[in-house]
This record gives sequence, C-alpha cells and structure tokens, in this order.
Amino acid sequence: MKDEISEIVNVENLVYKKTPLMTDNILSYCPGCGHGTAHRITMEVLEELGIGENTIGIAPVGCSVLAYEFMNIDMQQAAHGRAPAVATGIKRTWPHKIVFTYQGDGDLAAIGTAETIHACNRGENIVIIFVNNGIYGMTGGQMAPTTLPGMKSSTSPYGRDVHIMGNPLKMTELVAELPGTRFVTRQAVHTPGNVRKAKRAIKKAFENQINFKEGVNFVEIVSNCNSGWKMTPVHSNEWMVENMFPFYPLGDIKVDGELVNK
Amino acid sequence: MGELKLMKGNEAIAEAAIRAGVDAYFGYPITPQSEVIEYLMAEKPYETTGMVVLQAESEIAAINMVYGAAASGKKVMTSSSSPGISLKQEGISYMAGAELPCLIANVVRGGPGLGTIQPSQADYFQATKGGGHGDYHLIVLAPASVQEMADFVSKGFDLAFKYRAPVMILSDGLIGQMMEKVILSEHTPRWTDEEIIKISPWATTGKPATRERNIITSLDLDSYRQEQHNIHLQKKYKEIRENEVEYEEYMCEDAEYLYVAYGSSARIAQKAIQLGRDKGIKAGLLRPITLYPFPSEAIRRLSQQVKGILSLELSAGQMIEDIRLSVDCQMKVEHFGRMGGVIHSPAEALQALEEKIIGG
Amino acid sequence: MAKFKGAIIVDIDRCKGCELCVGACPHDVIGMATEVNIKGYKYAFMAHPESCVGCANCAVVCPDGVITVYRKKIEN
Repeated sequence: MKDEISEIVNVENLVYKKTPLMTDNILSYCPGCGHGTAHRITMEVLEELGIGENTIGIAPVGCSVLAYEFMNIDMQQAAHGRAPAVATGIKRTWPHKIVFTYQGDGDLAAIGTAETIHACNRGENIVIIFVNNGIYGMTGGQMAPTTLPGMKSSTSPYGRDVHIMGNPLKMTELVAELPGTRFVTRQAVHTPGNVRKAKRAIKKAFENQINFKEGVNFVEIVSNCNSGWKMTPVHSNEWMVENMFPFYPLGDIKVDGELVNK
Repeated sequence: MGELKLMKGNEAIAEAAIRAGVDAYFGYPITPQSEVIEYLMAEKPYETTGMVVLQAESEIAAINMVYGAAASGKKVMTSSSSPGISLKQEGISYMAGAELPCLIANVVRGGPGLGTIQPSQADYFQATKGGGHGDYHLIVLAPASVQEMADFVSKGFDLAFKYRAPVMILSDGLIGQMMEKVILSEHTPRWTDEEIIKISPWATTGKPATRERNIITSLDLDSYRQEQHNIHLQKKYKEIRENEVEYEEYMCEDAEYLYVAYGSSARIAQKAIQLGRDKGIKAGLLRPITLYPFPSEAIRRLSQQVKGILSLELSAGQMIEDIRLSVDCQMKVEHFGRMGGVIHSPAEALQALEEKIIGG
Repeated sequence: MAKFKGAIIVDIDRCKGCELCVGACPHDVIGMATEVNIKGYKYAFMAHPESCVGCANCAVVCPDGVITVYRKKIEN
C-alpha cells in the first residue's frame, strides 16, 4: 500500500494545497474554530481573483484580532468595532484598492453597530466578512448581541434572559434593508458543502467590489465557538445546526441590491 | 506672495488644507468649529485637487476613518471641539501607538461635559499629557491668529510625517470664529500613489510580491516586544523635545515680570502688558507656539531676569504646572483665568499680575 | 465513470485534533492517531488509505489548512 500512496503523491496529482496568501504562522484559534476556515477561503478567493497585491484587509478586536498574522496581504488592525470606518477611510482615499473588514459579532454588532450601519448606509464599496459565533470568544466567552435566548455564557451564566438583556440582534437582516447594501448573505463553514458555498459567496462579494458595483457586500458566516460553548468541535457544529441556524437561517438575503423574497 | 483674504479661523484651516495637498478630511458637526467641514463641502475640493471630504456618523467614526487613510500613507485630517475630541481619544491613542501621521484640530470650548460653546483653554492637559490611554504624546501647536490657523496645517503635516506621529492644532472658539486677514500659500499638489509608497514604505498600499506584507497595528501580545516599542516611542518624543520647541517672546528684553500665555490668552496678555507699561509696570510675554514640546528652557532662562510669572489661561490653571516644573518651583508662579467660556479682559489680566505677583 | 485514487498528507505537527475532517470524508478514510503530535494533539491520518478518492472534502473543512490532497486517475 505504501508505494501506491507515494505514486499518487506528486506534483502532477496535486488537487488541493494551502494558498500562499495564508502565512505559515500557526493559527491562534482553538481546534475546530470556524475562523480558520473563514480566513482560508477568503485568502483562496483573493488568490483566485488575483487581487492579493491590491487588497487591504482590516482586522477587528476579538479572536480574529491577529488575522494579520495569518493573512499574507497588507493589513490594518482597527479599534474594537471601528473596522467599517477604517475601511471607509482607506477606500475613499484609495478607490481602486480592494478593501475588506473581517469582524466578529461583538465587534460588528455591539460596539461597532453605528459604524456597521453607517458604512452600509453610505454604500461604501467594501466587503464585510462577519463571523457570528454568538459569543465574545477572545475575552473568555461572554454574552454577545447575537447570543441566543437561554444560551449560557460567562455573563449570562443562567442563560440569556431576553427580558433583561434583549433579543439576539440580526445585523445581517438589518443591513439588508439599507439601500446602501448590494449583496447580503449568510453562510457557514462547518461542512465541505457549506465551505464551498461560503467561498462562492465571498468570491461574488469581491467580484462586485472589483467591478465597482456600488454598495457594501456583507457576508455573515455563522460559526462555532467550542471553547466558549464548552463543547467538542464536532459537537459544537451539531449544536450550531440545531440551535443557531433556526435563528440565523443560511442563504442569500439580498442580491444585486434586491431583497431575495423568501 | 500668497493670496490675501479675510477669513474666519475655522475657514482658514479648511482652505489651508486644500492648498496643502491634503488627501481627505473626515469630520462631524460641533460648535464652534462646524465651519471647517461646511467650508470644505462648499468648496468641493474633490473636483479640483481630488481631496475627499466626508461627514462621518460620529467623531469616533471620523477619527477611525483618519486611521485607515493615514495607515495607507495618505495626508488626512479631522477637526472637532472638546467633547468631540474626547470621543476621539481612543483613536488618537491607537494612532500614536501605530505611529500614524495625521492632523487633528481641536477648537476648544468650555467644559466639562457639554459645557458651553464659548472659547476655552481647558483642554491643555488632555492635549499635552495625553487624553487617551498609554504613554504617548501629541505634538501640539497653539495658533494665536487666523494666519497661524492656516500656517499650522502644513507645519502640522510636516511634523506628522517627519516623526510618523499624530499632531494636534489646539485652538479655541475665539480664534476659530473671529475673522482676520490671512495670506494663503500657493497650492501644493497631492502626493501621487508612487510618491506615497516612496514617502511611507510602511503604509498599507497593497502588498506586491517584492516585499513582505505591511501590518499597521498598535497591538503586541509579547510584552517584551511591546516594551521595546514603547522605548522607541519615548526616543521619538525625546527627539521632538530636543528639536521642535517653538515660542515667541514679546517685550521681554527689559521685563521684570513675565506672562506665559498661548493662543487667544497671549493676545490678551500683550494688551495687558501695554496697559501695565503705561503705569510703569515692565512685563513681557513668552508665548508657547508648541505646547508639546513645552518651551521649558526659555521659561527657565527668562525666569532668571523676572520677579514672578503669571500663567494666563482660559481655564482653572493647567499650563501653570508645566511652568512651575520649568523653574523647579524655585520662583513665584501664579495663575489667572476666567472659565466656562468667559474671556478675561486685558485689564483683568493686568490686575491679576498686580495682585498675585507684584503685590503678592 | 473514471476511477480515482487519492491520498492526503497531513502536516501532523500543525493538526489540532479537532476531528472535523473525520466526519467530512465520504469514505471514512480518516482516523485519529493514538499518539500525539508536538502540541499534544492526536492528529488525523489516513486510517483506510485505499478508500481515498482525493475529493478534498477533508482539506476544505480543515480550519488550520493542514491537509494537502493528491488525486490520480486510474485506468481500470
């Protein structure tokens, strides 16, 4: 059997390898965390579109604050919640560069709500990649605006009480209502099929920007947080399907500026 | 010779920005400085020099737009007034940490809180001691005329790019709102993309295959590296202190008493000095033009020839601390200043000198 | 339909033992090693290499991008 494998393993038979637009740094994310996958497909898209040299990415504050250690392009790190404003500053002064933010739910839907809403409302020609895992991961698993009703976290130890802390915020549906958004979609990266679909969505988002199609391209990726949810990676994805997807249904919400009527 | 115009201080900053080849201005309305963005919107410099003018949803968003553009090597600025500048402090600290050149104008109004819309100088500590978190300093320029409001835009950017650091113009509502003659300099063209990449090779302009990626961040979870970064910043501030101090002396040659005052208080002090000399009181003025770096040596030198120093500030007294430090508290240094947006008169300034220094 | 023979190379020391690839493989090729890698994680490996067809499902779902996939057409 050994020689058979060595026969297969050679350059002509290569079908999948790490993109050069990901650095060689070991990812700081927990085992099985969707951030790594989301990083990877984003960089694969930039490679396939040949725009790595013309793209500037913005990392948030949160688990993906260190995105610039893993994304092999010019990157900026923005203050918590301010990435859409930082992106606006770059895109307005470098209109021919490709600009995207990569943010978590605490960053985009809590402290950065105003920046998110207004960048979308101004129709900035940027891509926003929004990883929603229903929790603040970096700081140790606190409740986020996207935490589900009854969902436990270190700041909702008895489960999120909607009467006290309100309901989960569906930022993606909110921004889809704004005329300034062009493409709004919600994806996931927990199965091969979903990863491929998410990658196609991210590619479409960047193609819109490359072709100067006005408006924000907003890609939410519902993801797991096995450390914060205190589950194994495999179990966290199962839990995500059963609990997160009913509240955050996958699929395109707005395409080419038109809401997709369900 | 530049163009002579009669303008408000706020308008002079805006016009000077267009002429200095600024790439973008991100602002937000707040009295007493809304004329800056209003003037820029009316001038539509996007159609002439290509300068972007954008009104943000908040001062926080505006300063972070400045962050993004500055980190990409562009010449960018914002302006606001006291409460708005407080909102920008986090962004300013990030830019000091990430070493981003930019210009921030603060047209100060009375505080604290919503305070008033009248002039004040009560943001001195915030501007010179660092209103944000961490060990950092802004280079702080204090204009005392509409002419200096215009001149300090290009001066500010020169310093910002020389030291890769944010620079603040610390003005006040009086200088922002009053009209004076101003000579406006010729147009300097905006930098081309190639010039930007040459001038700021560290900037995020898109990573070609020929270099490593540029990362603009103020974060380093390795505290030993972060300490090295802080040591580097402190070296920069030391260099700034050694090379960039600027001040002006007025009637100090035979002065027996000294006013130290900047911005509008300096103009009031000059009048008080004239009134005093009519009564045989020989006082002079040292006017700091850079509040950071503070002109300590000049004050120390002048203190040898005078019997006392009065710090004239539209505040409860903040710069007075730096004056006392300059003379190691070895001589009489007192403060006088109206607050809450009330402007002290030259007569009051003279009376304060008589009571607190001469009589005291 | 042409038959394919595949093989994967796992960068053992970068694998974090999350096991997402195990379930992603349509032919149950991947298992978790009994020993641990340099970081103390049980790493993924081809438990049944003969069943691999090189579909890359495992690599596509791997958050740390540690799997490289090869595939060869087999003339039967």
